[in-house]
This record gives sequence, structure tokens and C-alpha cells, in this order.
Amino acid sequence: MIEWLDTLIQGILLGGFFALSGLGLSLSFGILRIVNIAHGDFLVVAAYLGVATVTTSGVGPLTAILMVVPAMGLLGYLLQRGLLNRAIGTSELTPLLITFGLSIILHNLLQEIASADYQSLDAGLVETASLALGPIQVGWLPVGILAAALAVYAALDLLMARTRFGRIVRATVDDPETTALMGVDTRRIYALGMALSMAIVGFSGMLYGIKSSFNPQAGGSQLLFAFEAVIIGGMGSIWGTLAGGMALGIAQTVGYKLHAGWGAFAGHVVFFAFLLLRPSGLFARGNGHG
Amino acid sequence: MAEAMHPSARPHWRHARPLAGPALFGLAAAVLALAPWYGSADTLRLLVEFFALVAMAQAWNLLAGYTGFVSVGQQAFVGIGAYALFAIAIHAGVHPFPAVLLGGAAAALAGALAAPALFRLRGPHFAIGTWVLAELCRIAVGNTDWLGGASGLTLARVLRSVPAETRAHGIYWIALGLAAFSIAAIYLLLRSRSGLAVRTVRDNESSAQSVGIDVGRVKFAVYVFAAFLTGCAGAVAYLNTMFVSADAAFTVDWVALMIFVVIIGGIGTIEGPILGALIYFVLREWLADYGTWYVITLGLIAIAAMLFAPQGLWGLAAGRFGLRLLPADTRLVPDSAPEEKPHVP
Repeated sequence: MIEWLDTLIQGILLGGFFALSGLGLSLSFGILRIVNIAHGDFLVVAAYLGVATVTTSGVGPLTAILMVVPAMGLLGYLLQRGLLNRAIGTSELTPLLITFGLSIILHNLLQEIASADYQSLDAGLVETASLALGPIQVGWLPVGILAAALAVYAALDLLMARTRFGRIVRATVDDPETTALMGVDTRRIYALGMALSMAIVGFSGMLYGIKSSFNPQAGGSQLLFAFEAVIIGGMGSIWGTLAGGMALGIAQTVGYKLHAGWGAFAGHVVFFAFLLLRPSGLFARGNGHG
Repeated sequence: MAEAMHPSARPHWRHARPLAGPALFGLAAAVLALAPWYGSADTLRLLVEFFALVAMAQAWNLLAGYTGFVSVGQQAFVGIGAYALFAIAIHAGVHPFPAVLLGGAAAALAGALAAPALFRLRGPHFAIGTWVLAELCRIAVGNTDWLGGASGLTLARVLRSVPAETRAHGIYWIALGLAAFSIAAIYLLLRSRSGLAVRTVRDNESSAQSVGIDVGRVKFAVYVFAAFLTGCAGAVAYLNTMFVSADAAFTVDWVALMIFVVIIGGIGTIEGPILGALIYFVLREWLADYGTWYVITLGLIAIAAMLFAPQGLWGLAAGRFGLRLLPADTRLVPDSAPEEKPHVP
């Protein structure tokens, strides 16, 4: 019994990471209607940027977050301005295949620059320290990641609901033509939206690099996990993605407990089960599963 | 469909009636069928790879170019086709040559089972959903001892009794037959009434619904048929190498290859994927020594093509020189016109 409670808690904590990574993906779709297939590869790129920052400047990984997150945001801005804005308003196919091409380019580039070996970001004591909740040991790192995810969710919710920038973004999403007539440079809003999404991807990537070891090929699975969190949670609701991340985290932890090789498999099965039984996700909103 | 909507209207929709194109393709197939008598073993092996890629690319193009749904998970069917062939040949003693069809059937079955779930997703979400399916298959196969687990399966023992020449020629003709079948089947499908339904679904699902097309059934049939072709092609590709592993057969690199070939050659045309596959093999001969830089170059070329020449090389050539070998589209022609003119899409 205690054992399963432990699994459940570990699953929820793991879910915090999926929720954060899924938020980056659902934000770019929500604002730009672009599904960024290179999402997972950018996440891994951020982890490698972290490694580079730590080795060149000697700061710890937690400090490196402060440099990598703005760098990824800038990268997102430039990516949208230089490349993806050209694809907006064309077919659905174009942005999909462009980001797919980027994904192939990025993981091969990482392999060329950083070799195919596994690496990790060493954050020292934070990684191993744990806290005892009765008979259950909970690591400080997963707790910290979950707390960070919740903080990002709350901040984004405030940004979208309460600020002028948030209002302009929502107006652009609802009706780009009219918003442009009101004097808003919608292409700039798209670029800022992508910057925000990629900053979150950068943050997720740093946390990912601290919590696990990674290699250039890790991006594909990271995209799928983030995507599953979004779909299980229900499209169109950022808090849905949080719940979706938790559900995925629990599924993977239970799968892993049953058989070490089957963690991700169990998550994929739960994803398909949701498509069949509850395609609009946990938190359906509006006309659903788009 | 067209006649039903406008029984006596003029001008009306009709297909071009090409003779030269199909004749040219028939001739090419005949010349290629004789290759075992004049080609070296290495040439034959390379051509098998080429034919398998043509069939896979035709299937991907049928989905994305003609029906309008993009998959980045076709490697699921490559792997299922290959593994079905290996498992049936090794465990059930079926000769590997006819087992190619069983590989295709297994992939079609998997496609039919996954379709009800995947079709809940639209557009780009459908695309990533198909990738999840491929990952699910990769993990399941890689953890199943009966399928060789992490180390994979080999056909060496099964094929030991078959003389090397018989083996090479047999695989070659199967691959050629598959490529020819994929081209002919898709050509005939698109020129039939069903083909018009397929394109109507791509252009506008709700208007397709409103003229009485069963959109769900059309999509299901096209998806399952594409899975069948891709499964046969995967079976052929790994019959050629005689060794299969889960990480290689279910890798996303397979679909990246199909996409590259279709985008470079020309999406939404039957000639495009053939031209794209030719270009791919030429580039590979030139650039393969550069390792990952070569893959990066292919990615950059594909992105540039998407942005600046989305109709691909065949589309550009067809537009400029009026080339149309296998026109599968319908177009408006005046009733009195004796033969239609070359057309810029």
C-alpha cells in the first residue's frame, strides 16, 4: 500500500516536469497555431547550452538557468522572425514540416558538436538530498521542479489575464486581422509569443539536464511526452496541461514499477486510451480537441 | 461524382487521357525487369533500396499530398512490415518472399486498429500522434524476446538454403513489382471516382460531406492502404539487408527520408516522389562521406524547398515545360476542346 502511495507521489512529481515542458508546447500552439515538432530538440539544446555555460564560466547549473532561459527566448524570437513567420498563413503543412526539418538538423548538429555520448548537469547536493514524509522519501529536486512548474503556470496565467501584453496576445489569437487594424504588429506578437514559449522550453531543458542524463537523440521522446501532457490535459486550457502532465507522470511511474523497460510505453498506452475514451482530455474547453 | 453533380453541364471536369506517360513507365519497368542480366549484385541491391523508398514515398504522398493528412509516424509500418516478415519466416517457416505481403497485411491491420484513436486528432496533432504509435511499437518490439529483443533478428539461417543468385534476383523483382504496383495503384485510384472523393476530402472536409462523401471511410481506407504499401516496403528493405533491429526499423529517420523525397520531388504528383528518390540517391553517393553534415544538408534543402519551391522540382519542371506523364488530377476543360493544353498548376 505504502509502496503504491510512494509510486503515486513520485508520479505526480515527475508530472511536474512534463507539465512544464508541455506548457511550452501548448503555448506556441495556442498563440501561433504552430505545433513545434522541434520542441524536444530545443529542450535538449537548452540542456547542452547549460553544459557549455557551466564549463566555460564555472557557474553552477542553477545560476546557468539565468543565462540559458533568456538565450533560448532570444532564439525563439529570431526563429519566429527569421523563419516561422514566413510560414504563418500558408498551409498547415508548411510550419509542421519546417519544424520537423529543424528537429532533424538540431539533433544531428548536436551530435556533430557534442558527440553522441550521454552528458548531465551536476547540481551537487540538490540532486540527492531528500526529505522524509513518514515512511516515504521524497527528493528535493523533483519537489523543486514541481514548485518551479507551478510558479511558471501562475506567472503565465497572470501575464495573460492581467497585463496589456496578455490582452494583446489574446486579441491576436482571436482575430489577427482586426488586431492588426488596431495598430498591433501581429508578427511581432507572434515572435514574442515564440520567445515566451522557448524561454519555458529553455527552463524545462535546464531542469531536464539536472534531473537526468541526456544525449543528442533525446529530443524525440521529450516532444512526445510534452505532447501527451497537452492532449491528455485537453487542448485550450493551460491548467489542463498541468493535470495532463501529472496523469502522464503517474502512468510512466506505474509502468516503470511494473517493468523497468516499460515506463514510456505505459504513458503511450494511457495517451491512446484517452484518445479513444475521452478525446477532449481531462479539462475540455470550447470545441475541444482541435 | 462529377457526372452526378453536373450531368449535362459544359464545360465539364474530366481527366486528361495520356498515352505517352504510362507507355514510358511500362517501358522503364520492362528495362528494369531485365536488370538481373546486366546489372552487378551491388547495383541490384541499391535498386532494391530505391524501389522500397519509392513505394514508401508514394504512400506518404498519397496521405499528405492527396488526402491532406500528414504523418510523421510511417516508421511504425516500416518496422511492423519488416518484423512481421522476419517473425513469420523464422517462427512459422513461411518462405520470406511471399511473406512480404504478410508484412504489408500486418502493417495494414495495425493501421486499421490505430486509426480510430488517431483520427480523433487533427492536422499537426494527428502527425505527432502517429509518431507516438511508432514509439509504442519500438518499445514493445525491443522488449519482446520472441522478436529478438534489443539485439534484433536475422534471416541468415532461413535464407541459407536459397542460392545467392536466386535470392538476389527474387528480392529485386519483388522490390520492382512493389514500386510499380504503388505507382500504378495510386495512379488508377486517383483517376477513379474514389480518387476524386479523396481530393475533395483534402480540399474541404465539410463540402465533401455535403456532396455525400463518407469522409471517415475515405480517410480510413487511404490510411490503411498507405500502411499496407509502407509495410510491404519495410519488409522488402529489411529482406534486402537480412537483419532487423527495433531501433533501426522504427526510427523517425525513415519518415524523414520519405518527407525529403516527396518535398524535393514534388508533393501531390505521382512523378515527384520518383524524381525525389533519384535525387536522394545521387546526393547520398556524393555526400555520404560527410556523415552528419550530409543529413544536416538534406534538412536545410528540405526547409528551403518548403519555403521557396513548395511544388518541388517536378512541379517546377512541369510548370515550365508543360510536362505531365501521369496526370491524376481532374481539370475543367471545354467540351469542344479536342485535347487539353499543358497546364500550369
